[in-house]
Amino acid sequence: MIYEGKKRIWSEYQKDIPDDHWYYVRSCIRQNFFPASERMFTEITRNVLGKDLYETPHHTTCGGIAYHCDTLPQETAMTIVARQFALMTEAGYENYVPSCITSFGNYAEILETWEEFPELEAKIRENLWKACRREFQKPKYLAHSSDLIFHWRDAIAAKAKHLLVNPHTGAPLRIVEHIGCHYAKMFPSKGEGGAEYPYVLAGMIESWGGEVVDYPERRHCCGYGFRQYHVKANRGYSISNTYKKFESMEPYHPDAIITNCPGCPYFLDRWQYVIAEQTGKTYGENGFGIPVLTYEELAGLVLGYDPWNLGLQLHQVAVEPLLDKMGVDYDPDAKYLGVNREDIMRPELPKSIRCY
Amino acid sequence: MKQNVVIIGGGIAGMEAANQLQLLGYNPIIVEQESALGGHVAQWHKLFPDMSVARDVVGRMSKSIASTNVFLDTRVVSVKSSRSHYTLSLSNGVDVTTRVVLIATGFGLFDARKKEEYGYGVYDRVITNGDLEQWMNGCADSRIPESPRSLGFVHCVGSRDLKAGNNQCSKVCCMTAVKQAIEMKELFPDSELYCFYMDLRLFGKKYEDFYINAQRDFGVHFVRGRVSEVGEDIDGRLCVKAEDTLLGKPLKIHLDLLVLMAGMVCHPQTSKVAEMLRLDVGNDGFFKSRDNLANIQESNQDGVFYAGACTGAKTIPETLAEARAVALRIHSYFNNL
Amino acid sequence: MTDFGFSISKSATIDMDAVDMELYERVCRQVPSARICMSCGSCSASCVAAPYSGMSVRKVILALQRGKDVRTMLSNCMLCGKCSMACPRGVNTRNLILTVCRNL
Repeated sequence: MIYEGKKRIWSEYQKDIPDDHWYYVRSCIRQNFFPASERMFTEITRNVLGKDLYETPHHTTCGGIAYHCDTLPQETAMTIVARQFALMTEAGYENYVPSCITSFGNYAEILETWEEFPELEAKIRENLWKACRREFQKPKYLAHSSDLIFHWRDAIAAKAKHLLVNPHTGAPLRIVEHIGCHYAKMFPSKGEGGAEYPYVLAGMIESWGGEVVDYPERRHCCGYGFRQYHVKANRGYSISNTYKKFESMEPYHPDAIITNCPGCPYFLDRWQYVIAEQTGKTYGENGFGIPVLTYEELAGLVLGYDPWNLGLQLHQVAVEPLLDKMGVDYDPDAKYLGVNREDIMRPELPKSIRCY
Repeated sequence: MKQNVVIIGGGIAGMEAANQLQLLGYNPIIVEQESALGGHVAQWHKLFPDMSVARDVVGRMSKSIASTNVFLDTRVVSVKSSRSHYTLSLSNGVDVTTRVVLIATGFGLFDARKKEEYGYGVYDRVITNGDLEQWMNGCADSRIPESPRSLGFVHCVGSRDLKAGNNQCSKVCCMTAVKQAIEMKELFPDSELYCFYMDLRLFGKKYEDFYINAQRDFGVHFVRGRVSEVGEDIDGRLCVKAEDTLLGKPLKIHLDLLVLMAGMVCHPQTSKVAEMLRLDVGNDGFFKSRDNLANIQESNQDGVFYAGACTGAKTIPETLAEARAVALRIHSYFNNL
Repeated sequence: MTDFGFSISKSATIDMDAVDMELYERVCRQVPSARICMSCGSCSASCVAAPYSGMSVRKVILALQRGKDVRTMLSNCMLCGKCSMACPRGVNTRNLILTVCRNL
């Protein structure tokens, strides 16, 4: 692998990202899957870096999941999106940052479509006016929240409590970066580093001291694929794609996987248990799986937040091996205590894959 | 006094035209930006269909124009045109006045890095057709393993590719791939060779014979399907994906070396030369001929002519035939002044 | 083992690293013209059995190169020899079919 060659490609895909004043919209599902991730994003943005980040309780789904599952026509999704833009305009913002990759792709696709077909944009403006008497400006800048963390990666590194380095051996941790399909595959120019060799997460890993694992199936889908997972008859295709990725990354013995999509960390995490059940195979050390984290969770660990306040106890694959490798201090007995220090109950632990 | 003809480009088109113009009694002046004559061909090893040694071919041509004025390491900086003359200012400080300018700037090899999915410049074992020719000519190349077990050739890299901005077929790459596959099999008899093609365009004399030899005598595997992506495994071997379109199934294979058949695109200096001489450029980036049937060597400017791959992808015999033809065309131009 | 109602599907991808070319190579040694097939399809287009059974000499050769089973296709051949007439490369198709059968 020629690192300079990748750097050259990265340099060709750089996004203009304003440093402050962002209108933030959450994902439909991330708070259920990884409850502290978005909270961590607002914490880092506002309290650690002192930036202005605005959000409103009036925000709804962007329609992306329904659009990609064929249950909603694109015009409807566009009108929903037009309403989100109206909320941003009313709040006085012009930089729009979604937390969800499919939303990001949905917004990018819609803005591009309006660019190509202005008459459609006019029609959507009319739809929105008829539906709720709102008007909107298009965002001046659209970025995914991982773009912002990427943008601030060195500022985060400067405040790091734990780097992605094993304090006992001094060796950098080997991290797989997995990018959600809707981030840049549709529009490579909209992604940091493009779509073949995305830099958005790799840049964070480098900046925080880790070593990026580049493996043959790095570009492959996590396996979620809305229509593959949501239709039970197709669910075998979903897990097969996940299996393909793990088989491809296995020889590199990664210490962790980080992702920037709502679905990817969920499926890369949960399917490890199902693969273990079905094949008896685990991909971490000593019968464990490979911990899968969102980039906000990883940033939280780097900044020294308590892993249990980051919601890491909700992961299927045990995160403790990663915490040990990073030298993170944690209380094993506090794992299943809530923020109010009361027991939140323990999950039944599987036999096929080691968990705590 | 002999009439000047300034030839921009000292590749095989420029050299052959110079030779013929000299024989016709003119004073050709070659302006070549590199430090040697011969252009791309001088970099290559053996030439199909007779497997002639490229250096010998270029050497013979150089000898034939030993008395010609040649400016090496020189570019045209600016051009002044009057009603009947062009005055070219060269980067070496010389000004040349001429009635006729012959454009023989040739082509550029497609920059294979643009096809990011193939990882040229990113993976250790991905090279181009041009790199392989230079290696066969004795230039060391650390990307080529000592004893590769499996080698792949990807046809149409940057050719027939709308997205890469080059819609045209580059004509010579299919044959080059077959030739190079045979040469590599001769060097590494225990290796397996795979050519990934969309169509095999083996149109020239003896080309089909090469194809049959490659199949029958060298056991080269031809897979119909374009390589969609390349990855690198932990041992540095390449993981290559394509569809076997004849079977309708995806296919993957590990290879020790992948050779990209980079196509012919317009020479990077085309637009600059076109601007100086106010020449039309086609939407493919090459110089635009008056028409593409009977007036390929005619430009939109009086006294400016074309020869060779500056107007589009061409084989060596086609280029040489054009160079000879343009010499006669220039001769008749002078006679009719 | 938990029954999830779905499982890891078998991939249809041809893994060329794992393909067993032994039969193909053996056949080619006995019928060298098998190597020069260019997949034009003339053999299948004129085949008496192709429209009803899926027999195709072109596909047989390709299947051998990809390590796939050819028994069903071959069992439908009637050895009429039309494919030999049609082949522009002169592949000895009848001999090829019989040779594959002998080597199975």
